[in-house]
Amino acid sequence: MDHLDGNVLAGPSTDLFAFDPTTTQCQCQSCADIATLGQAMVYGQPMGFVARCRKCDNILIVIVERAGQKSFNMRGLRWLRIADHARNDRISAED
Amino acid sequence: MTSRAIGWLTGNLARAHPLTASARSITFTVPGWPGNDAGQHVDVRLTAPDGYQAVRSYSIASTGTGEEIELAIDRLPDGEVSPFLVDDLELGDTVELRGPLGGWFVWRPEQTQPVQLIAGGSGVVPFIAMTRAHASAGSSVPMQLLYSLRTPDDALFRDELSQPSATARTTWHYTRTVPSGWSHSAGRLTADDLRNETLPPEQVPLTYICGPTGFVETVSHALTSLGHAADNIRTERFGGT
Amino acid sequence: MAVFGGRRRDDNPALPPGQYLTESFPVLSAGPTPSINTEDWEFFIHTEAGQTHRWTWDQFIALPSEDISVDIHCVTSWSKLGTGWRGVSLDTLFAEVETGFDFVMAHSYGGYTTNLPLGELLNGRAWMAYEYDGDELDPEHGGPARLLVPHLYFWKSAKWVRGLVMQSEDNPGFWEENGYNLHGDPWREERYA
Repeated sequence: MDHLDGNVLAGPSTDLFAFDPTTTQCQCQSCADIATLGQAMVYGQPMGFVARCRKCDNILIVIVERAGQKSFNMRGLRWLRIADHARNDRISAED
Repeated sequence: MTSRAIGWLTGNLARAHPLTASARSITFTVPGWPGNDAGQHVDVRLTAPDGYQAVRSYSIASTGTGEEIELAIDRLPDGEVSPFLVDDLELGDTVELRGPLGGWFVWRPEQTQPVQLIAGGSGVVPFIAMTRAHASAGSSVPMQLLYSLRTPDDALFRDELSQPSATARTTWHYTRTVPSGWSHSAGRLTADDLRNETLPPEQVPLTYICGPTGFVETVSHALTSLGHAADNIRTERFGGT
Repeated sequence: MAVFGGRRRDDNPALPPGQYLTESFPVLSAGPTPSINTEDWEFFIHTEAGQTHRWTWDQFIALPSEDISVDIHCVTSWSKLGTGWRGVSLDTLFAEVETGFDFVMAHSYGGYTTNLPLGELLNGRAWMAYEYDGDELDPEHGGPARLLVPHLYFWKSAKWVRGLVMQSEDNPGFWEENGYNLHGDPWREERYA
């Protein structure tokens, strides 16, 4: 089956995140590859979006959209890293 | 322009014109549209009277601020949504739109890397937005397009891409039929074509490829074997319906 | 004003609710098509007693097989009528299997899973199919062999099947875990959980 690119996840994930996850870095739970989610390979259309690691095919994210409900499974993702525009990155232990 | 609208917006068909025998440009007025970067896409949702819904993603040909967006839709023979958008949708009709979407397959005027665009068929649409953004920003970054299509009649936006004022040069490549007097014979893009007609690895270009899955697959593999780093290649495949 | 109709949903009595008729054979999979050599292929049924019944490809195709003509229904709304298959009945494969469990998890090469009630795999309702339309089953459509459970939505007819594991409860498989119905009867439109 033809697959698509991770870019296509931007639509179904709009209501889930306050940011666009397709531009974030993420790490594959299985092979530790670090890539942008937009580089993932997406299968499963039109039943759902099955995003797999570009290196090892491990399933990173599954999204199933239907009227009135959205199921989001992050089974194969170790982390997502979001860039923001904060300037002060000191952490204080005191109030 | 990283903002995006929440939920589904209503798009009202404001203008439309045929691009080829099978493709049509459709421009919607979308109240609440926050503007979009070049290369972003939008999800289009249609609802039948019995409640049945179909959603498809389309690249946006327009770019910048403003509440209008232009899409260029190619009719797929067995398609469900594209024949409706190409043949049936009338001025004043509305569709639901979600977007702008995607921040990965985009080009922003502040980027400094040379840019190679490679389109297969209607995969040229996001590159129309990129060449428009390049021209309107007056960018001095080299940008060029290699456009692979079946026959001369299948060209989308030929006049626009061929304008003397275009700031990105287009190289045309035909896979089935070539114009008379064309020096290159018809055929699929080969590794040699890519070596001769795209920016070389030494210039470290950022290469964007958009088209059907098989096309994107072949071209991206050929580029990595020519010596381009995988992280300098961005792809957008489109599926079949 | 143009009215969107979607694909024509027929009144054909052979079509379950919400389905349209297709002549093509659309391909849907949750991952890349695995390439499986029949020399390395194996099929197994594993029971709660720890017993594993195994078949090599040669043993499998030497089993009694039958021609099957059935309608198939995909949850993505297409249906295809009168499809022709050749395969081994699950009754044959379960003939020697002793189990007290009522449910089955089908496992495929590539990692796909789907859950089924054992009762719906028996009594001539399910097969391991290895030919489609007179030819060996194309890898895209599940070859060398796939489950064929035509009375349920087609995601239950797992492609590239390598084994069935008995389970005491109806634990969800891949799509079922992500919001699709545990059972998937097209005539009751059991699409989602």
